[in-house]
Amino acid sequence: MADTLRQDTFVEFDHVQKSYDGETLVVKDLNLSMPKGEFLTMLGPSGSGKTTCLMMLAGFETATHGEIRLDGREINNIPPHKRGIGMVFQSYALFPHMTVAENLAFPLEVRGIGKSEREKQVKDALDMVQMGSFGSRRPAQLSGGQQQRIALARALVFRPELVLMDEPLGALDKQLREHMQFEITRLAHELGITTVYVTHDQTEALTMSDRVAVFDDGRIQQLAPPDELYEAPQNSFVAQFIGENNTLDGVIKEVNGGRALVQLDDGSLVDAKPVNVSKVGERTRVSIRPERVEFDMSRLEDGAHTLKADVLEFIYMGDIFRTRLRVAGNDDFVVKTRNAPDQVRLTPGTQIEIGWNADDCRALDAT
Amino acid sequence: MADATADIIQSQPQKLTTKDGKPLKAALAASQSRAKRKAFFLVLPLLAFMVLTFVMPIVQMLHQSVYNPGFTIHEDVISKEQTPIMVNLRDWFDENPRGTEPDETAYAAIVQDLIVLRELRAQGQAGTRINYERSGSRSLFTKSARRAPRMEAPFKQALLEIDEEWGDPELWAAMRDASSAYTPNFYLAAIDLTRTDDGSVERVNENRALYVNLFQRTLFLSVLITFLTFVLAYPIAHLLATLPLRYSNLLMIFVLLPFWTSLLVRTTSWMVLLQSQGVLNDAMVGTGILADENRIQMMYNQTGTIVAMTHILLPFMVLPLYSVMRPINPSYVRAARSLGATSWTAFRRIYFPQTVPGIGAGALLVFILAVGYYITPALVGGADGQLISNLIAFHMQKSLNWSLAAALASILLAGILILYWLYDRLIGIDNLKLG
Ligand SMILES: Nc1ncnc2c1ncn2[C@@H]1O[C@H](COP(=O)(O)OP(=O)(O)OP(=O)(O)O)[C@@H](O)[C@H]1O
Ligand SMILES: [Mg+2]
Repeated sequence: MADTLRQDTFVEFDHVQKSYDGETLVVKDLNLSMPKGEFLTMLGPSGSGKTTCLMMLAGFETATHGEIRLDGREINNIPPHKRGIGMVFQSYALFPHMTVAENLAFPLEVRGIGKSEREKQVKDALDMVQMGSFGSRRPAQLSGGQQQRIALARALVFRPELVLMDEPLGALDKQLREHMQFEITRLAHELGITTVYVTHDQTEALTMSDRVAVFDDGRIQQLAPPDELYEAPQNSFVAQFIGENNTLDGVIKEVNGGRALVQLDDGSLVDAKPVNVSKVGERTRVSIRPERVEFDMSRLEDGAHTLKADVLEFIYMGDIFRTRLRVAGNDDFVVKTRNAPDQVRLTPGTQIEIGWNADDCRALDAT
Repeated sequence: MADATADIIQSQPQKLTTKDGKPLKAALAASQSRAKRKAFFLVLPLLAFMVLTFVMPIVQMLHQSVYNPGFTIHEDVISKEQTPIMVNLRDWFDENPRGTEPDETAYAAIVQDLIVLRELRAQGQAGTRINYERSGSRSLFTKSARRAPRMEAPFKQALLEIDEEWGDPELWAAMRDASSAYTPNFYLAAIDLTRTDDGSVERVNENRALYVNLFQRTLFLSVLITFLTFVLAYPIAHLLATLPLRYSNLLMIFVLLPFWTSLLVRTTSWMVLLQSQGVLNDAMVGTGILADENRIQMMYNQTGTIVAMTHILLPFMVLPLYSVMRPINPSYVRAARSLGATSWTAFRRIYFPQTVPGIGAGALLVFILAVGYYITPALVGGADGQLISNLIAFHMQKSLNWSLAAALASILLAGILILYWLYDRLIGIDNLKLG
């Protein structure tokens, strides 16, 4: 088992730590292994150490502790230019004094590839990003989206097996972003490249990746495929960070198999699934997605606990209705319902009863 | 679809007008010209100042380099009244072609003119003009003018009795040249050429040749100093540009320090350091690196000029370099490295080309300043560390040959303009980045 894992692993962080000033650890004990061809996204708030990890992998920063392995080789002492890792920077970093074609030819040139072969590969790379006719332009004469494509083509033109992208779409508008997200994943899968992608846009992370590593405080909080991340967050940071979420604080009253009974701070009781809490009496934060809240008590299992809720606001959003409730002292309890013919529209000022299936409500650590 | 739109636009060649029916183009031009006039009035004071203090002196200098009325017009110091002088001699020159043996009429003309000079007290001025070409002529003129009123024919003999010089064909050639106020001779002199008796141009005697050599030395030293400042400034500027701001500001103060101290103080401190009894030599002798009798002469020669000027001009190289390096994003070099370039290749192909505008600006600035530098070489240059500007100053202050000074300065100016033009052709003047 351990052997097959090692075979599959292409990129590996092994107990990696990093400190810039020798006092605070920016990256604390990072462990990560990626198989070949995977599209992995590092997602996390600003300052959580994503860029630092990427820089260590690319060779521009050295890990203060631990090992980074690429294809089984330890790369801590290999200089950046020998790692053969393609990289796309947030600022694109297209060389301003060279034309687009010269930019793309640069990695081939330093590898000593002959002129005619070079021209062919540059042309192929430009065609790949649908920029075939822009070879003679300067980067300054391109739009942001076009520069982005060129940066991508340049990172791919020398056929690296691993490509790193640090918020490559940060400077683009929403529509272009969505288009480029699609382009990037398409290329990555077509070419079979292993990709490490950094972003702090969670939609981007969820739509593009095979797996997402949620960073916070220099650690990976959870590493999982997008659906698992959304539906089964392992701790309250991840639950809060990914998607919209309602939280209620309380204390564990009872734990029974896969069920926990939680007494909220106002005294009411709810059912939840214990995730990273186990002891009776432990403080917990229960987390429930807005679309998993039920108004129709008949659809709950027998004996399920329910809560009283005051309707504060009803927002019509077209495809969905968004209702804000006061539940157990929390004024920001949001419920989303689909705009269907039989759907009830709640009126502000009324009091209703809500509940949920215990599996949809996760009892997480109280931070 | 796009074509259809184009058709519509084409089929309606309607003239755009303003609301009250005037053509829009004319209205736009009128309003723009008002704005331009306003802008012009704003810069007018500076323009006037520049014309008065910069353009006019240059024009005057250029004029003076080809015009010297020392042998043709006398201007009274007080009344400013202008009187033509050497009228008779100039008439004789006009009537007789170059190479004619001066006859009695010529000598008679000179004596008459000398009498006029004496009355006007202009013999010194006329003598000085000839003195530019032949030393000793000034005293010849004053001496002869004093005795001219008492001379009797034959005048040739009378003059030759005063001084044999009066028979020298070279003197006559010089007087002929000086007899027209407009002359290219100062330019000839400025590049070590002279006119022979028959008017053809030839090189001056080897031991009197001076200026070409000096121009060459000025050029060579300026190039060398520019290069040295570049070599010294590039790493510093790079360091300044990459360091966090709070350190780089501190370092920048050290770079700028020379700007805040007087040029004289800086130059003299180099003298204290470098002279043969100076700090550096003392230190080397004291530590036994050097024997006392082998003290190195680093001052009052070219070395002194080079060291002191390199130091003084260094900030002019550092600042433009810094200003182009600061905004260069470190991700360019990183990108190059990740694309497979060694750090040297990344520097050579990616970083360096982006700093070229700064190098150009710094080099141009330092070179132009160095070519015209005066005080430092005057103080620490000794004999062989003098630059052309020191000679220009000499002719302005000591020999009072302003026309020659102007000719030398004009050549210097022309050289710099050519350099500027070359720079524009090679690098493009709009790439110049000074800060
Ligand atoms: N060169 C550096 N020197 C010192 N500290 C640094 C350096 N680079 C980053 N840091 C610090 O390390 C921490 C992590 O930075 P990093 O750039 O990795 O964050 P990030 O997750 O990429 O954030 P963002 O989403 O804003 O890009 C931050 O607190 C930052 O201040
Ligand atoms: Mg970052």
